[in-house]
Amino acid sequence: MRARIPWLGLAVLFAAFLAWEAVSRGFAGLGDYVPPPSRMLGMLGQILVSGELLFHAQATLARFAGAYALAAVVAVSAGVAFGSSRVLYSFVEPLVELLRPMPSPATIPIAILFLGIGNEMKIAVTAYACTWPILLNTLDGVRGVDRVLRQTAATFGVGPWRTLFQVVIPAASPQIVTGLRVSLAIALILVTTSEMVVADDGLGFFILDLQRSFRIPEMYAAILALAVLGYLLNQAFLTIDGWVMAWHRLGTRKEVV
Amino acid sequence: MLEVQDLHKAFQPLSGGAPILALGDVSFRVDAGRFIAIVGPSGCGKSTLLLCVAGLMRPTTGTILLGGQPVTGPPENLILVFQEYNQSLMAWRTVLRNVRFGLEGRGRPRVEIDAEARRAIELVGLTGFERHYPWELSGGMQQRVAIARALARRPAVLLMDEPFGSLDALTRNELEDTLLAVWAEVGATILFVTHDIEEAIYLADRVYVLSGRPSRVLEEVEVALPRPRHQLKTREDSRFIAYRHQIYELISRETSRRGPALP
Amino acid sequence: MNARPSRWNGVALLVALTLLWEAAGRAGWVHRLFFPPVSRILQSFVTLVASGEVLPHVGVSLWRAGLGYLLAALAGIGLGIAMGYWRQAYEAAEVVIELGRALPPPAIIPVAIVFLGIGDMMKVFVIFFACAFPILVNTTDGVRAVDPVLLRTARTFGLGEAAIIRKVMVPAAAPYIMTGLRVALAIALILTVISEMVGATSGIGYFILDSQRSFRIPQMYAGMLVLALLGYLLNRAFLLADTRLLAWYRRGAESA
Repeated sequence: MRARIPWLGLAVLFAAFLAWEAVSRGFAGLGDYVPPPSRMLGMLGQILVSGELLFHAQATLARFAGAYALAAVVAVSAGVAFGSSRVLYSFVEPLVELLRPMPSPATIPIAILFLGIGNEMKIAVTAYACTWPILLNTLDGVRGVDRVLRQTAATFGVGPWRTLFQVVIPAASPQIVTGLRVSLAIALILVTTSEMVVADDGLGFFILDLQRSFRIPEMYAAILALAVLGYLLNQAFLTIDGWVMAWHRLGTRKEVV
Repeated sequence: MLEVQDLHKAFQPLSGGAPILALGDVSFRVDAGRFIAIVGPSGCGKSTLLLCVAGLMRPTTGTILLGGQPVTGPPENLILVFQEYNQSLMAWRTVLRNVRFGLEGRGRPRVEIDAEARRAIELVGLTGFERHYPWELSGGMQQRVAIARALARRPAVLLMDEPFGSLDALTRNELEDTLLAVWAEVGATILFVTHDIEEAIYLADRVYVLSGRPSRVLEEVEVALPRPRHQLKTREDSRFIAYRHQIYELISRETSRRGPALP
Repeated sequence: MNARPSRWNGVALLVALTLLWEAAGRAGWVHRLFFPPVSRILQSFVTLVASGEVLPHVGVSLWRAGLGYLLAALAGIGLGIAMGYWRQAYEAAEVVIELGRALPPPAIIPVAIVFLGIGDMMKVFVIFFACAFPILVNTTDGVRAVDPVLLRTARTFGLGEAAIIRKVMVPAAAPYIMTGLRVALAIALILTVISEMVGATSGIGYFILDSQRSFRIPQMYAGMLVLALLGYLLNRAFLLADTRLLAWYRRGAESA
């Protein structure tokens, strides 16, 4: 894996912050809309200490985890099942093609209708959205397992269940992991969105609320916190990916979104 | 040991139209412990033949008898080694675990399985590479792993579908000799398909020459060359050259008669 | 090998589900509020389209999505080529880009509201922000993946750098660029809907949410149907363009 430190990039980032700081302080009134980074970081510290940030972050994280786990289990299982049986797939394919083009946030109103405005709604919406990339990539991966590999299992007299778990799923795993990675980002987007549309906690709500109460520097700080959260989740994923998929070298992974 | 009787195989093209007859009455017989090669023009259905014998494809008509028993599915004591070693090996398993694959799930103790696997790895000359992953190995080494994996099962019959076709000439020669050494040690019956006439003569006791599609056995050539074979001496032997002429003429007559075979 | 199972299996399933829904709604097995009969939904759908009530919403959504997408494509492809071509540009921008990518796009909505209010431009900006990254990243990848042999060939023939970029690099990177554009298309629709639900008074996203809030449920479903149809049509249009532009690549990949 890349151990290269992006010195130039970091330097550019630092320079950008300095420029931002200078411009923001230099022009009167601008500081209200675009506070200098120093004030932003100060605010970040403040909302951290006051406990507000952690309170909302934990709500978001809990919803994210619940929805992602649910989607992963359901979508991988369904993907493996439908990918392995051509009959099952033929039943399900038109339904998939029908629902697929509809943007997932469109399910928010219907989810509110059925589940109210609590956590269940947000988790349901997020899980629904996450299911798609995982399901489609898993389907693709399972169906795309090389014929030679399947024939190899057959010539060794390997039974259908062993073939599924010891050959097909490992062979499809790079593609499955791609689906899991894509839906990580989707999960965060949908959780945040559902918190903005209707909620009283969570980072999405928090950021919007800060904007509404004109606590602008805090708003930027919360946004930064959300970006950091997204970054850390991604890094965690990559780390686990590095351990589990060490055997899979830098080959190409098809992305299905 | 192995008997193929009146094998026919027809394929229905997906785009519709008349069925394509790949194999049209192929019959031959192989005695136990012999090394048999099969050559033929491109696209004549050599791979199809092997897949049928391996029980991985059902022939349209005809019978395949292994030890007197008809083949209806992959037989227990017969293993097929594929040309595409890269797609046949399991990228997520080390060499050792790949070789162990065929022995797993049958109730044998782990210690025994490992011992068998290591023995097979030694046979193909890959001792020391047990913990490597396939992608870390060259093409020739990967194919050795695939062969070791088959050998670990101690099959009575080994089918090989152009196993050295994707390798460069030098590696090919190396593996030919490795295979002959393994065969001498293990004594299995080998059915070896290749497009390389010289390779067929070099390796085999007998060469079957197939016609173009629909394939049938054109000629049965007994290879009376001394063993052990030698890359230079055997290939310079006047009998080797005679066999080569004979088979080459047969095949080029086939090719010119039918025109280039379509995929 | 058995024959391929019929596609009609799945269609039959859909028809069966639709009929079940209809029957359930009419028979009162389920609350008619939550599950209005399919016939009512379709009726609502037809009314909305015919009366033109939904069209302004669709129009304004398309306008926002289209403009944001276009701007993102221009910026993403332009910057992507620059970053792919010049190593220093890539290294300079990579940290900033990664940070921007890590931020879930909805989080930028409140910022956009601060600067642009809750009008069209806010939404265009949000869509632009979300779409630019996939297009940028894929374009950069595509340019960097251009076979050096291809570039050396061009140089041997004495082509100037500008011509090389135009005639060799961009076409060679086109499959990647198209992937980025395809991903961004889906994102554009998603962010359009999101931004319209969070702060808007028009647009199909707003329409669906508003229908639910005013308990005009058949209309809510109809709106979702409109949106699904929109997504489908946009996808088809994209596929058409892709086929035209990348026929050489798709067919080549098949015979490989």
